[in-house]
Amino acid sequence: MSDYVELSNLTKGFPGSTGPVIIVRDFNLHIQRGEFVTLIGHSGCGKSTVLSMLAGLCPVTSGAIVLAGRELTGPGPDRGVVFQSPSLLPWLTAFKNVMLGVDQVFFTAPRSERARIAEYYLSVVGLADAMHKRPSELSQGMRQRVGIARAFALSPKMLLLDEPFGMLDSLTRFELQQVLVNLWSRNAVTALMVTHDVDEALFLSDRIVMMTNGPEAGVGDILDVTFSRPRERRAVIEHSDYQRLRDHLIDFLETRAHLRPNQTPAPHRPPPSAPASRPVNRPVVRPREPLTADVLAVTPG
Amino acid sequence: MKKSLQDIFFPFVGLALVLAFWQLIAGRSLERVRADGTSEEIRAGWIKDLPTPIDTWVKTRKYVLEPFAKREELDQGILRFTWYSLVIVGKGYFIALLIGTPLGFLLGLSKTFARMFDPLIQVLRPVSPLAWMPLGVVLFTGAGKAANDLGALFTIAICSMWPTVLNTAVGVRAVPQDYLNVAKVLKLSRTQTLFRILVPATLPYMFTGYRLSLGIAWLVIVAVEMLTGRVGIGNFLWNEYNNGLYTSIILCIITIGLVGFLLDRGMSLLERRIQGAR
Repeated sequence: MSDYVELSNLTKGFPGSTGPVIIVRDFNLHIQRGEFVTLIGHSGCGKSTVLSMLAGLCPVTSGAIVLAGRELTGPGPDRGVVFQSPSLLPWLTAFKNVMLGVDQVFFTAPRSERARIAEYYLSVVGLADAMHKRPSELSQGMRQRVGIARAFALSPKMLLLDEPFGMLDSLTRFELQQVLVNLWSRNAVTALMVTHDVDEALFLSDRIVMMTNGPEAGVGDILDVTFSRPRERRAVIEHSDYQRLRDHLIDFLETRAHLRPNQTPAPHRPPPSAPASRPVNRPVVRPREPLTADVLAVTPG
Repeated sequence: MKKSLQDIFFPFVGLALVLAFWQLIAGRSLERVRADGTSEEIRAGWIKDLPTPIDTWVKTRKYVLEPFAKREELDQGILRFTWYSLVIVGKGYFIALLIGTPLGFLLGLSKTFARMFDPLIQVLRPVSPLAWMPLGVVLFTGAGKAANDLGALFTIAICSMWPTVLNTAVGVRAVPQDYLNVAKVLKLSRTQTLFRILVPATLPYMFTGYRLSLGIAWLVIVAVEMLTGRVGIGNFLWNEYNNGLYTSIILCIITIGLVGFLLDRGMSLLERRIQGAR
């Protein structure tokens, strides 16, 4: 299968007080149709910037994004976005929040059909009884369910998830990850998610892209996750490969994230002993060496 | 329960204290017998010409007890006068909202527009209604007889417009980026973004502006009616002052205050309902 999404030499910079600040430099990634890819990296490394550029909410400085054979030039409802905060309009009910997008995408369909679509997705995320409530009457987790339903209801070519469960407590997060897995198993939309939660990435993804620290962040390493689908949390955690993959991710975040893609760990720099679950963002800026294309090239899937 | 009792009790204590103070400083009428045996009435007290609370009630109760009576053009019940004033205030206020709301949206949406007109607004905003009124009449001299009324509307509108303009602008600027991102991602058209995202998101701010504007519109009425001679509560106040009937002035002040208070309360209820809807 050919590449469905191509990010080529994606670069984002903006003018700073002491010259341009490059957040992301030469980011290359190819995603296949129906693949679930996760970007993982330290806070502030620029992974959300990559996602924003894909969503069209943040202009690309240089490079290109191609989705289903067409270059993206701005935002559009062909990409369903789940924001970190649910971003629901507080004066509309859950149903009407979903309808806002459905009306936009399926404007040729009769109203009853559009309502059916919104109701279907709200039911699938478990809000059949609460769809006519306003966001203020819903819990944080329920609001994010609405956010997920809204994105899926657009039947988008691609799903973009920006730390979708970052604001939830861990129990609710597990619940919603399962909701997402279930929904995704019915309707395998090509997806790119941003997270800094290693377990979340392993549970949901087909591939995990590890990003180096910013500024000038890029792809550091890529990990294939081959657990069979549909997935169930316990089975994934107890899988014999789980710990090895997890260690790989944490090792990257702890010791290699601050290196440019074409560097090897310097012998005089011992691995820092920060706890694995809370990696700190080390402000290490190393002189950048010129990049060579073959180092950055991502193994085509 | 205890709290609500205090809520009723303490305002009355405050009122009683003010009435007592008023009674203390007010002048009293005394009869003085002259040397030739005839008597004359003189005023005594700290502020000789200030009527006492009881005096005020006795002399003005006909306006209060028959609030809608119309005996003569300048002798009507207090609520009838109030009604005349409310009608003109309502019209001027409506014009203020009609102009002020879109103006606020333009200021909030366009940086260029804000740069052009914000300084101007800041200069015009503090101008007193007494200063606007003559200009208002001059602007509409072509309208002949209606010049006074149009001038009055102009003055009320231009004085009361600013809170609406500024609050709407602040509200538009404060629309969370999240909502705008939703609009962008769904590719809503400009009109859709305006009416489905911006207006509902700005509504609470707009209503705060509307409430403040109504307060000012009502504040302006006395000045407008003094200068134009339109019949209404402000005009009644001014006439009675010229006639030396100070009790009526006090009645007017109390009425204007109460009406303003009720208008504000009504608007805050509306405001809270709007804000409660989110």
